[in-house]
Amino acid sequence: MSDGLTLFEKVWREHVVVAETPQTPAVLYVDLHLIHEVTTPQAFALLRDLGLPVRRPDLTLATMDHSTPTVPVASFKDLAVVSENAARQIGQMESNCRDFGIELHGFGSASRGIVHVIGPELGATQPGKTIVCGDSHTSTHGAFGALAFGIGTTEVGHVLATQCLLQRKPKTFAIEVGGTLPAGVGAKDLILAIIGRIGVDGGTGHVLEYRGDAIRALGMDARMTICNMSIEAGARAGMIAPDDTTIEYLAGRPRAPQGKDWDGAVRRWRRYVTDDDARFDRTASIDASGLEPQVTFGTNPGMVVGINEPIPNRTAEPSFRKALDYMQVEAGKPLAGAPVDVVFVGSCTNSRLSDLEQAAAILRGRRIAEGVRMLVVPGSQQVKKAAEERGLDDVFRAAGAEWRESGCSMCLGMNGDVVPAGHLSVSTSNRNFEGRQGIGARTVLASPLTAAASAIAGHVADPRTYL
Amino acid sequence: MEPVERIVSRTVVLPTRDIDTDQIIPARFLTSTSRDGFGEALFRDLRYDSEGELRPDFPLNQPDAGDCEILVAGNNFGCGSSREHAPWALLDYGIRAVISTEIADIFRNNALKNGLVPVVVDGGTHDWLCANPGAEVTVDVAAAELSLPDGRRIGFPIDAFARYCLLEGIDQLGYLLNQAGAVARFEKERTWKP
Repeated sequence: MSDGLTLFEKVWREHVVVAETPQTPAVLYVDLHLIHEVTTPQAFALLRDLGLPVRRPDLTLATMDHSTPTVPVASFKDLAVVSENAARQIGQMESNCRDFGIELHGFGSASRGIVHVIGPELGATQPGKTIVCGDSHTSTHGAFGALAFGIGTTEVGHVLATQCLLQRKPKTFAIEVGGTLPAGVGAKDLILAIIGRIGVDGGTGHVLEYRGDAIRALGMDARMTICNMSIEAGARAGMIAPDDTTIEYLAGRPRAPQGKDWDGAVRRWRRYVTDDDARFDRTASIDASGLEPQVTFGTNPGMVVGINEPIPNRTAEPSFRKALDYMQVEAGKPLAGAPVDVVFVGSCTNSRLSDLEQAAAILRGRRIAEGVRMLVVPGSQQVKKAAEERGLDDVFRAAGAEWRESGCSMCLGMNGDVVPAGHLSVSTSNRNFEGRQGIGARTVLASPLTAAASAIAGHVADPRTYL
Repeated sequence: MEPVERIVSRTVVLPTRDIDTDQIIPARFLTSTSRDGFGEALFRDLRYDSEGELRPDFPLNQPDAGDCEILVAGNNFGCGSSREHAPWALLDYGIRAVISTEIADIFRNNALKNGLVPVVVDGGTHDWLCANPGAEVTVDVAAAELSLPDGRRIGFPIDAFARYCLLEGIDQLGYLLNQAGAVARFEKERTWKP
């Protein structure tokens, strides 16, 4: 009865090189392969061992982000890379890209930055593309109506050598978001609420499509925040159909189609929408209008509550009790008011210009609380430049925050930017896993507004008080 | 990759749910450029305390857990980051199969590419395994069955192609390279170019 196609199915279909059978997965073509220094050395080593070239270096784009320092320096030679291993990894990235003919945005490139920030920024991320990267937050690029997902290093090798992956077709899951986000409540709060609703394994085996009025109303930075955390609901990919907002964002970007090609591309992009008679394997609905700012209280992103709501009491579950013990928080009490040591604004979730503008709006003319360390790490050198042109760096510095070079930084603490053991960090990143930001670090995930408000208050604070 | 047909071993049990890949191997160990030696970093911050001493209460540190090749873990094992260092660390440590009620997508894919067998079972079977740590069980890849000591055999889902690759010890890259003709045709005939 229904033969309409979902957005996902339209993109999937256009990339099947060899159809799947019960015995064999589909061979799926990859239009854009993003690579970074941490998950590629072993893949390049395999290519070297087998004497294989990179099949499509022109469809491969490289940056360095994970282990790179964020202290301001003039050149790579001046950088105190966190360890010899990290320096070797960075060196290998440079030689691998040089030897295999891949465009690298390394030190010295004005376009270097977090892989999921620079892909869209350069216009390489486009509707209808298949995009992969050895990084689970590749789901970010789905904000443009691309099918984008994270892969492991063995698969990175597959894509380098063949431009293809072996894949079983995932199921589809519609997330309908109605209503309007209230003032002080943004995309980060919405995606945290969605993860809280469907659970950290709710999307396993599925590609999510975010739909509805509240999604349509979001700008591209906000849509990227939403799709970015699809993996935190267990889904490998999240997608949003392209519209005028998407097309306006891409116009004039260096890797976007130009001239006559642009018009043709836009006509094609407009077809990447779910047909009215298409059916999803699953559907969930959420009303944006009633949402409060969200904060996580536990050790996975699904352990989330409204900032003034009491932490739920599921202490009969050992894993839940363990998480509360680790976080040193109590069931039945709200998180608001918990003393804060560190505030981190950054990561592929919330390090784009509009994220920084939100944090700055709260910080302007105010000082962060005594004893709080606040790091603001732009997602890319281009975001950094744009923020500085708007004077945001002055706002951050005047408030007492540190303004850094771009990178993944304190999201996963592998570059030396770490949260000390036992310290409470309010972070705009994506994972509050035990030890993620440093051994024994206690992470509260929140929006840039909530992070900035908490820095000023010195405790977890509702940003609506400061708007 | 060595063929994997059956694994017979006592189990070690980590009943916690949502064990993420940051716990399996913390990010600070990801700067290596080789695939080897990650076993030392497996569950590093769970196995060792802040002084670098083994935590005696952690299941993998129990005296009789040393030779266990099958890990039973809580729901949604391997969630989070795509780091393949997680299955590399488990294999390097000596774990050859992971049993849970759910295993995260990327981790499962990465595991299969390296000969680590992901086994998803029903809640009842999982409860029994959690209540009986150290039980000797068999993971039979050919039959796609888990056998318990009382003779019960529980089927588990495994993709036909992944199972074939495990049994034959085949690297999937070879299969993909053999599709070069189809890939070239696809690149030539597609209606738009990326």
